[in-house]
Amino acid sequence: MTKGFVISMAIASAALAGSAVAETIAPDAVEIVDMEVAASLTGQPGDPIAGRKTFADRGKGNCLACHLNEDLKEQLFHGEVGPPVDGAADRWTASQLRAIVVNSKDVFGGQTIMPGFYTLNVGINVAEEYQGKTILTAQEVEDVVAYLMTLSQ
Amino acid sequence: MAICAISGFLSLALGGTVMAGGPADDKLVIDGEIEIITRTAAPDGHPLGELISGWHYRTEETRALEADSFQNPGMLYVERGAEIWNTVEGDAGKSCASCHEDASETMKGVGASYPKWNEAAGKPFNIELQINECREANMGAKPYKFDAADQKALTTYIKHQSLGMPVGIDLSTGAMQEWWDKGKEVYYTRTGQLNLACATCHEGYNGMFIRADHLSQGNVNGFPTYRLKQADMVSLHNRFRGCIRDTRAEFPPAFSDSLMALEVYVTWRSSGLSVETPAVRQ
Ligand code: HEC
Ligand code: HEC
Repeated sequence: MTKGFVISMAIASAALAGSAVAETIAPDAVEIVDMEVAASLTGQPGDPIAGRKTFADRGKGNCLACHLNEDLKEQLFHGEVGPPVDGAADRWTASQLRAIVVNSKDVFGGQTIMPGFYTLNVGINVAEEYQGKTILTAQEVEDVVAYLMTLSQ
Repeated sequence: MAICAISGFLSLALGGTVMAGGPADDKLVIDGEIEIITRTAAPDGHPLGELISGWHYRTEETRALEADSFQNPGMLYVERGAEIWNTVEGDAGKSCASCHEDASETMKGVGASYPKWNEAAGKPFNIELQINECREANMGAKPYKFDAADQKALTTYIKHQSLGMPVGIDLSTGAMQEWWDKGKEVYYTRTGQLNLACATCHEGYNGMFIRADHLSQGNVNGFPTYRLKQADMVSLHNRFRGCIRDTRAEFPPAFSDSLMALEVYVTWRSSGLSVETPAVRQ
């Protein structure tokens, strides 16, 4: 959190001298370098409590569809398509987790089943209501990343 | 490198909130009489080694429903189909039975071998398209609208006449091979905002739980199937469209060229499994 805060302050002050509001990075402008996205997409730190909700919400992250997560024991039906996320913060840095959530294809390769949650590089024939939209907003990505960073064992 | 570390996690036995995956070790014998081939070696060139019916991925209770034709709710649709078979409709004053007589003889094997090349139409026909063709050309009746209750019941009845027979389609006639090729392309094309192909789920992850759903190989041998969730029969093209919609993509019209091609290809992928119609699924 502290690191995210420092980074976000750095961006805020570099990009908008004087202004306290940072620009949100558009999905096609996010740069994944060496499987990392270093800076917050919104310039704001994420909220781990909101991130926990987004993780479970079927209409948002629906991460539980594929990942077992001991921290969400109260929810029924955890999927087993992906690895359990328990201890994710011990295995990955925030920059790496941000890259995984933004577009897992850039980290795991094009064949992965895990959707990219903040990318417009998706499948064909996207239904009208989802065209030009990402699954999660930039702030929701930050929230989920902040939440994943709380998962250490 | 990250991927290697990950597959290690994947192979850990998952406890707690995760349900045990994989196909159930069980045998399907309907009414203690009709042995159903629910596992078989895949045909040459198939990406999977063994073909496994979707029946193996359902709960014990659901599997038991299909094994007992008195309890199988899909059998009501078979009965309704038999009524339609014998009912005169249309200007020509004919029923299906006027031309085809006893379905248990004349329709035996038909459901196991469709889709089939139709020379006049220049495309493969499935049972639904063949029924509509008969209604228009031979009965002077209107074609059924997609998923009309009678279309589902009659299709179920006709497929049920092949219960237990292995699925096997003829790819050597007409342009069937080209349709197979096109269907294969559809099967591997990722669609929608979630960016998933049929293969991503049914080839890569069958046997695993995706939230409360137990992913099967997506075989077609049970269609139309009775779905407990919907308390209704579900046609194959309805299922295709549902799976495509779940990727957050627009889905093609029923019986469109792309879904007919997909039906040809996916039916081939189910070769050798017994027809289970009406199968019972979740
Ligand atoms: C449709 C399945 C699916 C969904 C939905 C999904 N993932 Fe994943 N995820 C995977 C798979 C599979 C992998 C492993 C990489 C691979 O095999 O391609 C993975 C890997 C990961 C990893 C790295 C694994 C580790 O060591 O901890 C993290 C973190 C992760 N996902 C987080 C998320 C989050 C957060 C969401 C929701 C916003 C999410 N996933 C949604 C399938 C999914
Ligand atoms: C997001 C994952 C996903 C994708 C992508 C997907 N399906 Fe499915 N499919 C499911 C689930 C879940 C079920 C219900 C459980 C089962 O039988 O696998 C299902 C069921 C089926 C069934 C019924 C199997 C039976 O035994 O009754 C067929 C057939 C099928 N899918 C075909 C397809 C085809 C063809 C495509 C591509 C157009 C496709 N699926 C794409 C998840 C998916």
